[in-house]
Amino acid sequence: MENDHLFAPGHTACTGCGQALGVRLVLKAAGRNVITTDATGCLEVFSSAYPYSAWEVPWIHSLFENSAAVASGIEVALKVTGRLEQIKVIAQGGDGGTADIGLQALSGMFERGHDVLYVCYDNEAYMNTGVQRSGLTPYAARTTTSPPGRLSWGNARPKKDLPAIAAAHHIPYVATASVGYPYDLDKKVKKALSLGGPKYIQLHVPCPLGWAHEAALTIEIAKLAVQTGLYPLFEMENGVLSAVKKIAKPKPVEEYLKLQGRFRHLFQKEGGAEEIKTIQGIADENIQRYRLVG
Amino acid sequence: MVKKMIEGSRAIAEMVGLCRPQVIAAYPITPQTHIVEELSQLVANGELQAEYVNVESEFSAASVILGASATGVRTYTATTSQGLLLMIEVLYNIAGLRLPVVLGCANRAISAPINIWNDQQDSITARDTGWIQLYAESNQEAADLHLQAYRIAEDQRVLLPVMVCLDGYVLTHAYETVDLPSQEEVDAFLPPFRPLYRLDPANPLTFGTLADPSCYMETRYILQRTTGKALAVIEETATAFQKAFGRRSGGLIDCYKTEDAAIILVAMGSVVGTIKEAVDELRAAGQKVGVLKVITHRPFPKEAIYQALHGAEHVIVLEKAISLGNGGPLATEIKATFQERPQRVAISSVIAGLGGRDITVDSIKRAVAMARERVLDGEFLDLRADLEIEEVA
Repeated sequence: MENDHLFAPGHTACTGCGQALGVRLVLKAAGRNVITTDATGCLEVFSSAYPYSAWEVPWIHSLFENSAAVASGIEVALKVTGRLEQIKVIAQGGDGGTADIGLQALSGMFERGHDVLYVCYDNEAYMNTGVQRSGLTPYAARTTTSPPGRLSWGNARPKKDLPAIAAAHHIPYVATASVGYPYDLDKKVKKALSLGGPKYIQLHVPCPLGWAHEAALTIEIAKLAVQTGLYPLFEMENGVLSAVKKIAKPKPVEEYLKLQGRFRHLFQKEGGAEEIKTIQGIADENIQRYRLVG
Repeated sequence: MVKKMIEGSRAIAEMVGLCRPQVIAAYPITPQTHIVEELSQLVANGELQAEYVNVESEFSAASVILGASATGVRTYTATTSQGLLLMIEVLYNIAGLRLPVVLGCANRAISAPINIWNDQQDSITARDTGWIQLYAESNQEAADLHLQAYRIAEDQRVLLPVMVCLDGYVLTHAYETVDLPSQEEVDAFLPPFRPLYRLDPANPLTFGTLADPSCYMETRYILQRTTGKALAVIEETATAFQKAFGRRSGGLIDCYKTEDAAIILVAMGSVVGTIKEAVDELRAAGQKVGVLKVITHRPFPKEAIYQALHGAEHVIVLEKAISLGNGGPLATEIKATFQERPQRVAISSVIAGLGGRDITVDSIKRAVAMARERVLDGEFLDLRADLEIEEVA
């Protein structure tokens, strides 16, 4: 396929990296006429080590917290030179660069109405620096800064609801997606790019290293996150929920959790069953809130 | 050219408008705000064909400008003080990416304690970012330096960002007669921006790669060499400016009555005007005094400064900044230029005007009188005795 290698092989991502797969799928859907930005993180490190580059589209890395602001600048430059009709702008960042340190710049970009698609590759922790907790780390996950211990079950808080924060800006399009569902992702990227104004896609991308799972299980784990209700796939247009990916029969969260070392303590420590119940509660709440079943 | 009685900020905004930036991004902060208010009005009136981006922080102002410049358009932002500090991380990146951005810095003190008045601690903090730094003495010079800044920045031998520093309030809010050129004159002096590289799907390039220990140092070497070579371009640009507009503005340094001077004061920015008055009065009283104005602070014009100062007996560096824990940053650098040089002169360091404290002709005379007694080492000029600071210090 023509767009198969816009993110070229030869980069240095880990085996089974969900983010590398995610980038390839996003670019494949977007095509060549894009300019991309990228926040500091794994993606920048494994794709751009001089003198090599995996990017077959124009790409700029500036800093950690400003991917959305740099993309805003690119967008206005294209607008003022009459090129915005032909060229799309895609801003990229990890969950830390998007939900934490880059949130202000992201909100600014949404509020000002820039015609930019922001893709957050959500692998649920600061993987590039060695798996530290971010605002998108799920409840009870082990990271190097939210370790389980005598007084702790891992990350103490549930994920920040960033899609809702994005949608609260009443931007044209917000969606969650998963590398476990590439056709769904393809459709959402194309739909986003067909709309003017700011768009936000939060893409769930398993990280074998950070989540401590078999590299061969990336897709299976991504699918299980969706099938349990822990990572609901939905679209919100102009701030209103417009579509969800239905789950025929939700799987128990244990099936998702047990494949990942970051949740192993829940199965080993006494009292872990209670924590798993809490996580099941989060999934059930998602199922109800987004009407994922039926 | 039109001579106008005009506020400094407005003169700068009009000059920037004449330079035809296509993207302007800024965040309000006193005393910079009048510059960008005026620019947003020019855009609103359709007098300037540009996108004005109301960002949510100075960090994003610099980032928007970075992205726009990398896409190949001329850009502008202005800030001061805390805003400049918030931008610093981006400033390094703009220089590292070799983007010819122009920034106006309305010099202001730094917190804590909060103080919105003038000194130069903010831009001095940004001196190592890889930006060219020019300091204006008057509103005329501040406006002229903005025009020259674009030509220097976009010169393909340079391709570096330029910061034009002008003293907050003292210049930004002062009304002076300023000679503003016509659009035709500016267009003749400043050709449209033609980037060597830009973000463009027709020629996909990777900007801002990861450079590991095998190649990072070379990028710093290239920046250092290029910054050094910019000295000649800055001089060349001032000469071209003089030819086009008939007045001397910009360049590396400017000397006032230094040829036969036994004592030479060194300063940057608007205080030079006051020092010139003091020099005239001291000369009338028979003292051979002069003043050296440092216009280009980065790249640091070591040779020009040495040549201008080496005939003096005593150099007094008077600056509105301090490197806490050491002393006057400009004085330290001027002392360093005299290392391993044949001539040695006494060099005094005076810290003055922090947080907007007035520097009067009398205070300058006091500094000269003190320096006649002894070499001053980071002397704070005009401290208040009534605040009983010695008991706390």
